[in-house]
Amino acid sequence: MIQIDLKLFVTLSKYHPRGGGAYDVAENTSVAQLIGDLGIPVETVKLVFINGKRALPDQVLLDGDRLGLFPPVGGG
Amino acid sequence: MTIDPDQRYVRNFNTLTRAEQDRLSKSHVAVIGLGGLGGGVCEFLARTGVGCLTLVDGDCFDATNLNRQLLSREDCIGSPKATEAGKRINTINSSIRVHLYQAFIREENILEMIRGADLVVDCLDTIRDRFLLQAAARSLGVPLVSGAIAGVTGQVSVIFPGDRGFELIYGSQPESVGTGPDQGRGIETRTGNISYCAGLIAALQASETVKVLLGRGEVLRNKLLVADLWTNTIEVMDLV
Repeated sequence: MIQIDLKLFVTLSKYHPRGGGAYDVAENTSVAQLIGDLGIPVETVKLVFINGKRALPDQVLLDGDRLGLFPPVGGG
Repeated sequence: MTIDPDQRYVRNFNTLTRAEQDRLSKSHVAVIGLGGLGGGVCEFLARTGVGCLTLVDGDCFDATNLNRQLLSREDCIGSPKATEAGKRINTINSSIRVHLYQAFIREENILEMIRGADLVVDCLDTIRDRFLLQAAARSLGVPLVSGAIAGVTGQVSVIFPGDRGFELIYGSQPESVGTGPDQGRGIETRTGNISYCAGLIAALQASETVKVLLGRGEVLRNKLLVADLWTNTIEVMDLV
């Protein structure tokens, strides 16, 4: 297992057991796999950031990564 | 009432130089959307000293706007947002040139609305219209400062002509955003919007606008500033 720092924004935070923070995942897990494992509907994730940089869902997570997932934010 | 500009802007100095103040007074900014974000943006830009504002919104105020939109008041429910914005700017600085459009943006009218502006500020409330505005700003070769909010989360980015812009934030297909009655909108349809988050993001948009106009400071080009007020997180992410 590896540990990442998982931050789920806005309505996605309900899919983290504690709202956000340290989260254990199996080695070689991709962002897309994690989204599925968390039970997040894939269409609700519009933006993925790993360590402050935009990433694609097929990117494999590494120990210590900071992962942020965003729904579409469009209000004015 | 005539007020000496040196007196009006004395508290801007020396954060801004006199040459920069003069440059702002010769600048023309189009603010598209006059709700939670746009009301704050036009107020901040007027007070900072932008000399010409184009203000665009086809909506009228209603009771649901009172929780967050600075231009809304009990006594102006039913009034066009553009009209109220123009009145407000005139009370702040009657020498600011104001162009008002009481209309929603469409492919047929957007170029006419923003032509001549040095910069466009996106304060819209639908993702689909944001792509339309981006295309128009791109075709006229002007930068776009975009802000968006949902609940107590907000984001800001600066898009120059030629940048991938919203494609990096919302995906390449605006039609894919939202379904059903909320089509074209984001997650804010479920979270609503809170006043202080709108004010924060509007202030950041005004700041980016001034920096782009003056060619000064670090600009959020190809970056997305994200603020989440439940966790006091403010982070600048790299989009490329």
